[in-house]
Amino acid sequence: MPNVIETNHLTKSFNSLTAVDNLDITVESGEVFGLLGPNGAGKTTTISMLCTILKPTSGTAKVNGFDIVKEATQVRKSIGIVFQDPSVDDRLTGRENLYMHANLYGVPPSEQKNRIDSILKLVELEDRADDLLRTYSGGMRRRLELARGLIHYPKVLFLDEPTLGLDPQTRDHVWKYIRELKEAHDITVVLTTHYMDEADRLSDRIAIMDYGKIIALGTSAKLKETLEGDVIIVKSMSLEALSSLVTEKLGFQKTRIVDDSLEITLRQGKSLLPRIVEAATANKIFIESIVLREPNLEDVFLHYTGRMIRADAGKELHGFSAIQRRKIR
Amino acid sequence: MTELRGFYTLWLREVKRYLRDRTRIVSSFVQPLLWLVIFGVGIGASLRGAVPIPGLNYQQLIFPGIVGQTLLFTSMFMGISVIWDKEFGFMKEIMVAPISRMSIFLGKMVGDSTDALIQGVIVLILGLALGIKIDFIAFLACLPVMLLITFGLVSIGLTIASFMGSLESFGAIQSFINLPLFFLSGALFQIQSLPDWMQAVSKANPLTYGVDALRNIILGGVWQPFQIQPLYVDLAVVGVFDLGMIIIGTWAFTRMK
Repeated sequence: MPNVIETNHLTKSFNSLTAVDNLDITVESGEVFGLLGPNGAGKTTTISMLCTILKPTSGTAKVNGFDIVKEATQVRKSIGIVFQDPSVDDRLTGRENLYMHANLYGVPPSEQKNRIDSILKLVELEDRADDLLRTYSGGMRRRLELARGLIHYPKVLFLDEPTLGLDPQTRDHVWKYIRELKEAHDITVVLTTHYMDEADRLSDRIAIMDYGKIIALGTSAKLKETLEGDVIIVKSMSLEALSSLVTEKLGFQKTRIVDDSLEITLRQGKSLLPRIVEAATANKIFIESIVLREPNLEDVFLHYTGRMIRADAGKELHGFSAIQRRKIR
Repeated sequence: MTELRGFYTLWLREVKRYLRDRTRIVSSFVQPLLWLVIFGVGIGASLRGAVPIPGLNYQQLIFPGIVGQTLLFTSMFMGISVIWDKEFGFMKEIMVAPISRMSIFLGKMVGDSTDALIQGVIVLILGLALGIKIDFIAFLACLPVMLLITFGLVSIGLTIASFMGSLESFGAIQSFINLPLFFLSGALFQIQSLPDWMQAVSKANPLTYGVDALRNIILGGVWQPFQIQPLYVDLAVVGVFDLGMIIIGTWAFTRMK
């Protein structure tokens, strides 16, 4: 498959901070490519460069075959963007917002009505299309923005944190729409997120990004495989004894103590879990609880960075604080 | 063609937003009404008919000035829409569209000018209601002239706003510009009788020529002996000022993030 996006040593520095560091990625036509990483990892900066909002400090990139610096207008015609922060005009109606976008992106007037009607149906907003945006809920605005990003039939749709600040139910809905829109329009989607589940559920391939660099890339399943299996978490009063028992007698090398429990990474956790319980019982070590967990992306991230995705990453802001946040950034 | 449609759609947006804002329209004639009725009648009474222009009372003299003032204040205020758009993220949507920054600037500018023109028309009608004589031809002639005046003024507002990060800082700068431009435009008095230095400053003020043009049209023959420049010179000065401000404004939008 041809590559829709290719970056070549793409770099962006802000004074002394290198936000994006020598990025080399390729995105294939028709895939959903997820950029996963904590806040400040450089995801939005990467997308901003690919969308021609920011100029790279060095390196190049092509989107739909066009250079992001030299052929910016062509790139802009090839892409749709849903920004991290809301970017609709709340004093116009949903339909008016779509018409305005269609005109800005040169959609032929004869096609505008049909396209807008069908996309409104797809995101289930046809009943509210003629209401002012200010009466929409956060989820509805998001859906309208998704619809807007597709009106001009872009080759690539960029979604920057598409469900930031939405409640879980609405997030489910938005995910459903993203998948449907992708099927219906046969486009390539690049999305950034710091939600593990979002990357996992939507992306064909995931690039884990941290401090401006890609630290791992592959399908969700591939990334999880690199972890060598499952995690068994044992809670006990005598962790030290349990730890040496597990490593010396049972031969599991990948163990570590986190707070009041022992985490053991191993393959075939299901069949080995009883062995651990037996061994502990035989050695009179009391186990309070034992949990088997199949690996998730959080573990992948931890594996590559040695950290959890930063704790403040999921903080959701609404209303005025969201405005404040924009100002700071 | 794409550029033209981009321009049109941005123009339409500004006008729609304005027409939907009832409070702004209703409140728009309160200030000129106060100036014309309280200030106009009050100063007129204390002058006891000492307006040096035969056939005019003070209220009639300042009426075109108050029209100019309305255009000035409204136009400058329009800059706020840029800050608003930046604050609410909408500016990004426009800025990544595949149309030139010049079309973006012109669409917004002409849209805001149209809004300011509507305000100006409201004041003209207010004047008619207060008994100021404006004949039909003069009324029609005022429309393109008012629009011409607003182009440059709106461009100042948009240019400043494109550099500003917050509503507060824009408000502060705006009042810094509004009042000197207004007071030194001859809106409230004839500039011929001013001390030399003040006259010089007034003559450097583009709004002076806008107000003079409106007086030439609305007051007609009565004003002619006192005019600062003939109408066509007034319009040429305003036009050149517009052009300069449009170039600066487009540049400001090009460098805006």
